[in-house]
Amino acid sequence: MRFDTIIIGGGLSGLMAGINLMQRGQRCLIISSGQSALHFFSGSMELYGVEGCPMEAIARLPESHPYSKIGVDNIQAIIDTVKPFFQEIGFIFNGDSNVNHYRITPMGTLKPVWLTMEEYAHVTDRNNFPWHQAALINIEGFLDFHASFLAAGLGKLGVESRIANVTLPQLEHIRKNPTEMRSTNIAKVLTGDVIQRLAAEVNLATNDAEVVIMPAVVGLYGKEEVNSLKDKVYKPLRFIPTMPPSVPGIRMQIALRHFFQKIGGVYLLGDSVESGIIRKNSLLGISTTNHGEMRFEADNYIMATGSFFSHGLRASADAIYEPVLDLDTVFGGARSKWYNEKLFAEQPYMKFGIATDNEFHALKEGTALQNVYVVGAGLSGFDAIKEGCGAGVSITTAIHVANTIINKSSNGTEQK
Amino acid sequence: MEQNRNDNNFEQCIKCTVCTVYCPLAAVNPNFAGPKQAGPDGERYRLKNPLYYDESLDYCLNCKRCEVACPSNVKIGDIIQRARMKYSKKRPSLRDWMLANTDIMGRLNTTFAPLVNRILKLQATKGVMEALLAIDHRRSFPAYSNHKFTTWFKMRTWQRSYKHYVTYFHGCYVNYNYPQLGKDLVRVLNAIGYGVHLLEDEECCGVALIANGLTRQARKQGMVNLLSIRKVVAKGEQVVTTSSTCTFTMRDEYPSVLGLDNADVRDSIVMATKFIYELMDSDQVRIAFREDFHKRVAYHTPCHMEKLGWAVYSTSLLRMIPGLELLMLESQCCGIAGTYGFKKENYVYSQKIGEDLFKQIKSMPVEVVATDCETCKWQIEMNSGIPVVNPISILAEAIDFEKTKKLNKVK
Ligand SMILES: Cc1cc2nc3c(=O)[nH]c(=O)nc-3n(C[C@H](O)[C@H](O)[C@H](O)COP(=O)(O)OP(=O)(O)OC[C@H]3O[C@@H](n4cnc5c(N)ncnc54)[C@H](O)[C@@H]3O)c2cc1C
Ligand code: SF4
Ligand code: SF4
Repeated sequence: MRFDTIIIGGGLSGLMAGINLMQRGQRCLIISSGQSALHFFSGSMELYGVEGCPMEAIARLPESHPYSKIGVDNIQAIIDTVKPFFQEIGFIFNGDSNVNHYRITPMGTLKPVWLTMEEYAHVTDRNNFPWHQAALINIEGFLDFHASFLAAGLGKLGVESRIANVTLPQLEHIRKNPTEMRSTNIAKVLTGDVIQRLAAEVNLATNDAEVVIMPAVVGLYGKEEVNSLKDKVYKPLRFIPTMPPSVPGIRMQIALRHFFQKIGGVYLLGDSVESGIIRKNSLLGISTTNHGEMRFEADNYIMATGSFFSHGLRASADAIYEPVLDLDTVFGGARSKWYNEKLFAEQPYMKFGIATDNEFHALKEGTALQNVYVVGAGLSGFDAIKEGCGAGVSITTAIHVANTIINKSSNGTEQK
Repeated sequence: MEQNRNDNNFEQCIKCTVCTVYCPLAAVNPNFAGPKQAGPDGERYRLKNPLYYDESLDYCLNCKRCEVACPSNVKIGDIIQRARMKYSKKRPSLRDWMLANTDIMGRLNTTFAPLVNRILKLQATKGVMEALLAIDHRRSFPAYSNHKFTTWFKMRTWQRSYKHYVTYFHGCYVNYNYPQLGKDLVRVLNAIGYGVHLLEDEECCGVALIANGLTRQARKQGMVNLLSIRKVVAKGEQVVTTSSTCTFTMRDEYPSVLGLDNADVRDSIVMATKFIYELMDSDQVRIAFREDFHKRVAYHTPCHMEKLGWAVYSTSLLRMIPGLELLMLESQCCGIAGTYGFKKENYVYSQKIGEDLFKQIKSMPVEVVATDCETCKWQIEMNSGIPVVNPISILAEAIDFEKTKKLNKVK
């Protein structure tokens, strides 16, 4: 089967690249072995996690950083399209690339971020909170949200909070099995008429608080539940991310995939690319687990296979390798140097990844593959967690590479 | 890429709970622990002490949607099925035996088809079946045909010889309930220059036996099928089917659940839609379509088709038909899962699982739903009132047979 572009990996970066290419007339296939890092999504997208202006910090990054390969002007042009795009598929984000705002973490601390979903707790000025009395609502028996940590953290920020547990008969169901009291299972129950009951319980527990803060356990398949709850709760309502799985992250994953399929993209979930045939610095075709002998072919290929968690990268005793095409990787020294014993310190392995040239062509044995590009979390040269740039790198590299592919093929047709 | 084909890969689980999000059953049945708990988590305990086995694993539909979603390649569904086989103390009931033996029941019922169909429709019969057999009275039964596909196939007098041949594994459904699908396939294959053989011995693939705990019988039937399949594969023929579940069972459940090694023939067992698509894609055959064919079709991806990852062949084939407008239904379980939804204890869950899908279908301006699974057909027809057909039958309806034969130089 032949496509214009085949994308390996269907997380945020693979889908953004696929949607962008489809919208510009290409025929794309996405193959994805499993779910993505979006299942861990915090409700906020990070561009660069500094106080103030992320773009200024980006301009000072070393050459090896993916952002430096794209260039500041290109980045700005790309990120200006992000908010409108997500609005089109039903996600409203607040935020601005000129100045970071702060999201409130589950520990009650502040983290500078670029965009936050409007229903999530976030503030623009860390010294001037819009509210000082909060009601922290938890769902009885839900263990993936630690209201007391959050209350302690908020206390240090000058927000006094009172914790209340609410419960609903409809949740009795899943409570029988404490290990299944997970965000997504709760969200499956909190729909329809149950929202009305939940709102009533929340209102009872609110008292004189100026804001209601609760874990993000509403709105798995759509935003109707969020809107309906917001309408029915008397005080402003804000969500805090839970432990994974992330309810809004899954909603986003599903919405992006639906959109890609709606505009004609082919998405194969639960299949893995196993290998490819490379001749004269070009990838000719790939084989997947489910399709046996049948090879998929395309003019261009995008590796959007993610990092260690998604198996886009793997570690052996003495090396980091890319398991599909055995592409060149960047990693440093002996295994003992890969980790920092201190869990929260900068971890050297976080910057490991697939090596590319400045146009994001993958390298193999030092030579650039002319029709293979790398985007997203699998790239080398950045630390998504420490630098706070996960979604930013995934989205900008994906759209930048889509631009490169479109320009290349339009130049190609002119020459013909 | 590293795959986890070893037997017990539960240690691969990183506890992300993604599987539980996508499990259609965990969403509607509070008594089912969910794939993570029933699969990798439970396996850890069961290995320590079999007493940890929990009979609620019987609720699992074996739809494999958890496996499709798992980012760590844990064979969750296989772990659950093997645990049921190994630890379950429940013995299959008469009801289970009847539902599982689709071929014996089919043979009996085809013989008495007009009578059986009438009886199965009677409210009184449904009441008796529910009381005696715990088969839910709200379920409508698929009609039995009064002639078998194999009888028709052998009686054809107009056989000629072809340059190429392919073997058709028709399965119980085509043989006893809906021979027309088999006839459609033979007609299409003949038109593109392929003669059709049947297996020397074809037994039911065994999917219902596995689901109902009749493992030993399933293994025996699997061995008979593999023996016959080997013979035709040795002649260089592929084995095509029109059921995603039969295909999935013979390719994947034989080795992983029944312990039958099929590595030498696995790649030769394919869906007919994939077989035909690949012939067309590589320009080995051509199809001419009728100009007066117009239809609006929605495609439903059966669970085992999703697991095979092959829906793309069926939909690509349908998209080649000029007069056909194809709408994709969101890939989700319809709730029937073979014999599962027929059982009284499962009926409510079965219906709840499919609710969303039925709603989606009813909201679409389509004339038919296309799908590659016979039990999805029963479930969707019963709940949406819209006819459900196999893509091969749509193809047969849309093809201009005379022109197609000419294009492929078939006399
Ligand atoms: C725990 C965690 C939390 C995070 N939270 C945030 C956050 O809140 N905000 C933020 O901005 N960033 C966050 N990030 C950063 C995150 O990495 C990016 O935001 C982004 O989601 C990464 O997307 P991606 O598409 O590049 O990779 P992934 O989402 O990892 O997707 C890679 C995909 O490729 C598939 N794949 C891999 N190999 C193959 C193969 N051989 N064949 C087929 N498919 C394959 C995988 O199954 C997976 O679906 C977080 C990261 C982690 C690990
Ligand atoms: S999806 Fe896979 S890795 Fe995650 S909890 Fe389920 S079995 Fe474990
Ligand atoms: S096979 Fe289907 S029903 Fe069984 S645990 Fe997995 S997703 Fe759930």
